[in-house]
Amino acid sequence: MPRYADNPEAIHDLVREKEVHRDVYIDEEVFRLEMERVFTHSWVYVGHDSQIPNPGDFYATTIGTQPVVMVRHSDGEVHVLHNRCPHKGVRIVGEACGHVGKYFRCPYHAWTFRTDGSLIGTPLRSGYEQTGFEDSHAARGLARVGAAHVYRGFVFARLSAHGPTFEAFFGESLSSIDNMVDRSPAGKLVVAGGVLRYMHNCNWKMLVENQTDTCHPMVAHESSAGTAVDVWKKAPPGTKKPMAVEIFAPFMSPYEFFENMGIRLWENGHAHTGVHNSIHADYSAVPGYFDQMATSYGEARAKAILDENRHNTVYFPNMMMKGPIQLLRLFKPISAGRTLVESWTFRLVDAPDLLLERTLMYNRLINAPTSVVGHDDLEMYERAQDGLRSDGNPWVNLQRLYRSDEADQRNAVTNGTSEWPMRNQFRAWAHFMTMTA
Amino acid sequence: MTGSFPSDQDLIYFVYREARLLDQHRFDEWLTLFADDGKYWMPLEWGQTDARLTASLMYEDKLLLGIRVERLRGNRTFSQKPKSRCHHLIQQPHIELRDDAANTYVTWTPMHYVETRLDEQTLFAAWATHTLRVEGGQLKIKLKRVDLVNCDAAFGNIQLFM
Repeated sequence: MPRYADNPEAIHDLVREKEVHRDVYIDEEVFRLEMERVFTHSWVYVGHDSQIPNPGDFYATTIGTQPVVMVRHSDGEVHVLHNRCPHKGVRIVGEACGHVGKYFRCPYHAWTFRTDGSLIGTPLRSGYEQTGFEDSHAARGLARVGAAHVYRGFVFARLSAHGPTFEAFFGESLSSIDNMVDRSPAGKLVVAGGVLRYMHNCNWKMLVENQTDTCHPMVAHESSAGTAVDVWKKAPPGTKKPMAVEIFAPFMSPYEFFENMGIRLWENGHAHTGVHNSIHADYSAVPGYFDQMATSYGEARAKAILDENRHNTVYFPNMMMKGPIQLLRLFKPISAGRTLVESWTFRLVDAPDLLLERTLMYNRLINAPTSVVGHDDLEMYERAQDGLRSDGNPWVNLQRLYRSDEADQRNAVTNGTSEWPMRNQFRAWAHFMTMTA
Repeated sequence: MTGSFPSDQDLIYFVYREARLLDQHRFDEWLTLFADDGKYWMPLEWGQTDARLTASLMYEDKLLLGIRVERLRGNRTFSQKPKSRCHHLIQQPHIELRDDAANTYVTWTPMHYVETRLDEQTLFAAWATHTLRVEGGQLKIKLKRVDLVNCDAAFGNIQLFM
């Protein structure tokens, strides 16, 4: 018996000002509605255009739970198409990435499509004559998503033809993408290194919330980062601090550090931690890098770009990026209790290799299925997914540093340990869950 | 090791013993098998050749391996409450290279590795490549490389050592 599908009031009741009902994490009907609504009407990160540099290059992924393919057309434009043959539903590309040449060819019955999705032809065409084929869904070819937009190389798509415009959806939050791209002396990023894929038995929103949860690192990561700090203390005096310790140690910063770090809130659920300072601010300088930046931008501008040390920027619904270390994580929903986390890394074009080396080390130490920091986090998510089955209390508390005027604020900056970003996400969530097309 | 150079049997026994130390959670002893500049590498890509500018699941020196070992017994290591266990089923190691003059020995060992925690048991299939050298009369690991058959698959937690 559906409880939420035709009942916007019931959905609104799940999200209170300072707490949310457990069903947002564990209920499969709510999950199905999220796929139909949140992941359909909002702009979801698809991929980066450096993954498909040439016409005919494709990258296959999912938006919500739907298979899509991002492809570069002969005119250079990037299209995002449903990865589904209009004939029998076969996924038109089976590999994650590759090159199709001038057209897609379905491996089942050899229907062919241009890289903008339009149908070229079917074998034995005469069999469709006088059947009204031109009026069929199939004749339209590979369906395009509702809208796609490339912003400084980052490809986003909205599945629905209806919903907010790209600009209205992201607003000033795009400044975090700007800063990451500006960190390249050439103003250009390319996906590099390879993607880490980590399966989580928990709801996708637990991961999204954790990106702005600054009261957990010194607790949950005491076992990993804390141990790293302790082991490092035993090194002989004068030993150069290794890159790995530079990466681990700031996780153990005290509450005060995170409070002063600050959080900035944007509309539609976006936010970033690290307004004034961040755990990425104290890494060793990379030889030669500043000079390259100063040559490209001038000293003052180069300094301004590199002084911006945003920690985690969360783009609602399911993406996070770290400008100072050129890393992006995508939380791909599979079911209410299962999420695939992809962690992508970028090379700053024309910058020293050492930056990519550090990016990859960070990803390996923090985001891999073999990462001790990852183990700490996943243990908490999975315990939460289990714990929420308890009937003792159906509510999850999100009221740290709550202010009654939050909903009216635009581009506010607040205390770095506030749970406002989570409340902000759930306000956006409730909005999209109850939006009528 | 009885002579000045390791015999094939010495190399084979070394690899067996390494697996046994891991299965018995004798991690401190296991760490002593590594040379001071030794590395443990688990590539992410099939046939990967570079560990620096290509992502890996693990690429760790002795400091990082030591942190892991210390963490496994930590009082607040909640992902190890309860603890994981592991089991190596390995073929007899193949001697890939024996170069006494360069003090370099390479073995190649197909294996099935099982890691368990609570009610979950996960099976991995992999090949371990050990690059060894003799230091002070003892074989030491210069590089242990673990290539998973499905290195690029999405995994849940892998908390111990293959």
